Amino acid sequence: MDVILDVEGLVKKYERFSLKEVSFRIPKGYIMGFIGRNGAGKTTVIKCIMDLIPFEAGSIEVFGLDSRRCSDEIRRRVGYVSEEHYFYENMTAGWNLDFFGGFYPKHDRDLASSLMRKFDIDPSKKVSELSKGMKVKLALALALSHRPELLILDEPTSGLDPVIRNELLELLMEVVQDENCSIFFSSHITSDIEKIADFVTFIEDGRIVISDVKDAILDKWRLFRIDNNCSIAGLSGRLIGVKIGEFGFSGMTDDPQGFIRELTGKYPDARYKVEKVSLDDILIRIVREEEANEG
Amino acid sequence: MFVALSNNDPNPLYEQIKKQIIEQIMSGELPPGYMLPSIRALARELEISVITVKKAYEDLEASGYIVTNQGKGSFVAQAGAEFVRESRLKEIQKSFEKGIALCRELGYDDDGIRKVFGDILEEYGQP
Repeated sequence: MDVILDVEGLVKKYERFSLKEVSFRIPKGYIMGFIGRNGAGKTTVIKCIMDLIPFEAGSIEVFGLDSRRCSDEIRRRVGYVSEEHYFYENMTAGWNLDFFGGFYPKHDRDLASSLMRKFDIDPSKKVSELSKGMKVKLALALALSHRPELLILDEPTSGLDPVIRNELLELLMEVVQDENCSIFFSSHITSDIEKIADFVTFIEDGRIVISDVKDAILDKWRLFRIDNNCSIAGLSGRLIGVKIGEFGFSGMTDDPQGFIRELTGKYPDARYKVEKVSLDDILIRIVREEEANEG
Repeated sequence: MFVALSNNDPNPLYEQIKKQIIEQIMSGELPPGYMLPSIRALARELEISVITVKKAYEDLEASGYIVTNQGKGSFVAQAGAEFVRESRLKEIQKSFEKGIALCRELGYDDDGIRKVFGDILEEYGQP
């Protein structure tokens, strides 16, 4: 499989936060969801990829090109939608698309206007009069109208209602009908990613915790609820994100068979329940684990 | 072709896709040579990941139901339905043989075996 984006050992240090050897890759033609809570480092990673901020160590290759040495070419071939949209609010949607599109040699004005029609954006409306959802669509139309090979979207769905979010997801599915286009999108709304992503990468406190095929993640991870007659202290550190309640405790593992063997080996009459997990559950448990390790 | 997925179904999504396509091949609704939608088109239609659909198609291909021509698409295999029906029949024959052998061990004669079979059929008969 061709790799379209390859991040290897990325280190970026801020005073109170750092990316700790972040590594992951996206194969060509697929959608990767980038999940983490606010402040986990999603935007920092994306800004490093786009060469908007410097980083201390590691390497990033986009289309096999070094992100720092070839940032101009990469930006021409990437469609980037940032969290904040920098449009001229007092100018019309059409004017903004024309103006910002002008920075891209491959900007296609016909494509831009047909995208606007498709997204139901009135080109004669001022940007300040557009709803939040409309602004996201405008940014997406701008990003798509130079026919990018990689679409990078930073929190495209946050703050949007479910109807518009679903519409956006449908648009993204349409984009990857072209096998040569890949999508990397970050979100803390995991249900969006759970639907359409092929690959999922979890980031927490600047560290990649899981990066795998989405179906494999959902197949592997299981949530255990175990009654209080067993003691978590007696079990090895297989469970992560352990929550202790009044009647029992719960935690998550990617080796359910191994855990059952250990549990029933130590406690032959252990009462327990195994459940499938959602990406949301995984994120919550990852954060809990991180906080437990800190405190 | 008709595929509808359910989140309430305990089977994984790719299994649901496989099962529904196999049923339609076996019933003849999807005849040999029928062109299936592309992996990406079906993923968009069902609003699921491309990889999930890919896995279903790969499994269907491995078990001989469909063939994929690079660049052309995926088609219901020519001998697919027939081949599958035959191999299923062999499986069925084997499990009946096993049942008959068990009956013989208990000393049933042919009429006795027919009666056992009749009783079971009644119990599991068409609803």
